[in-house]
Amino acid sequence: MCVICGCNKPGGAKADSGEPAPGHVAVDARTGDLHYGAGPARVSIPGISQQRAIRLEADVLGENQRIAALNRAHFDGHGVAAYNLVSSPGSGKTTLLCATIEALRQRAPGLPVAVIEGDQQTSNDAERIRATGAPAIQVNTGKGCHLDAQMVADAYGRLPLHDHAHDHAHDHGHDHAHDHGQGHPHGHAHPHPGATGRPAALLFIENVGNLVCPAVWDLGERAKVVILSVTEGEDKPLKYPDMFAAARLMLLNKTDLLPHVDFDVERCIAYARRINPGIEVLQVSARSGQGLAAWVDWLLGARGDASGAAEDREAALRARIAELEARLARAGLA
Amino acid sequence: MHEASLAAGVLRVVEDAAQRERFARVRVLRLEVGALAGVEPRALRFALEAMAPGTCLAGARIDIDEPAADAWCLGCDSRVQVRSRLEPCPNCGGWRLQPSGGTEMRVVELIVDDEPDQPRVE
Repeated sequence: MCVICGCNKPGGAKADSGEPAPGHVAVDARTGDLHYGAGPARVSIPGISQQRAIRLEADVLGENQRIAALNRAHFDGHGVAAYNLVSSPGSGKTTLLCATIEALRQRAPGLPVAVIEGDQQTSNDAERIRATGAPAIQVNTGKGCHLDAQMVADAYGRLPLHDHAHDHAHDHGHDHAHDHGQGHPHGHAHPHPGATGRPAALLFIENVGNLVCPAVWDLGERAKVVILSVTEGEDKPLKYPDMFAAARLMLLNKTDLLPHVDFDVERCIAYARRINPGIEVLQVSARSGQGLAAWVDWLLGARGDASGAAEDREAALRARIAELEARLARAGLA
Repeated sequence: MHEASLAAGVLRVVEDAAQRERFARVRVLRLEVGALAGVEPRALRFALEAMAPGTCLAGARIDIDEPAADAWCLGCDSRVQVRSRLEPCPNCGGWRLQPSGGTEMRVVELIVDDEPDQPRVE
């Protein structure tokens, strides 16, 4: 790991400063003795300081990624399908969630549903969710512009969704949201569906209203769902491409208002597919209930693909596989 | 501005390395921010410089590489490079591009000054 970089800055002791030498010489404060080779390199090369290069290749989001992976394992272990709902402020996320919870209650009675609400301030949204009867935890990010994986881990540990899943298998009174270590230390007696099929529970994570920053943070969700209301500009997928690239599904909300606005649905979908050829699209109205059945189907895994994007997605995956196989072959591994 | 959170992530990576590798200060910090990482390098630099005083990053030179992203064009079945999600395929002009990278955000390399050990008298 340690490489002497070849930089020729002298690292000698400063006779006049009385300070320990900054470079490769250690000075004994009592005797004035000079100790070369005391640096981690344990060697001194004349004319070359102990300055060295360290190759890290470390992911800046590595710590978030690590916690997100634990969240994902935790959700999968409990059969919880978690969706990260992202949008600009005012797209109607919370109203849509309340309507979705009602629709799920009709379609899938008994299916546990819980919500983590992210906002900079106030508990207003969590209170709106709790009024539907579903448990919710509000996360206030303060000055923060997004939720991160640790916030979701902390909030999930406080939801009864978590206890419910645990009660089947074993006594589990303590809060262990922080402390999973590697992998998933506790067992479960009941079978769980995997990443596909009907989930045993649903967790909605309503992110801070912001079409920029939440795109970058993985929370351990199964998918990001971006919500765009028809009172916004139809070119938002082009203006905020990272978010639309990160999402698996785009919900066009407030479609009951389409007769009153100039929003061009087809153009909006074309823009979104330009950014993300595989993105699925559903049109919904939380107010009129239009499209909610299809959205609930999507959540319950009852439909394959919500739109005509299946072919593109498959083609993209095949291309990716071919590319990776070619790379493996070049590396002499296949 | 999520670059402030990312700068904190960079500092954490660097301080972990400082503890592990026992160095006192960083001369050069080299970062790589992919073209599709959703990060504004100028804002990241600003956040890092604001955070550096009092840490081992104080006074460090910050180099940020911005490599282009690989993408697969579904239109012409070829591998191309793009610098933004708004670019069409440079070969066929089509829009059906599937990026296969470009979202990396990494601390690639540090050039550091070693921490002098406590003097040893034997």
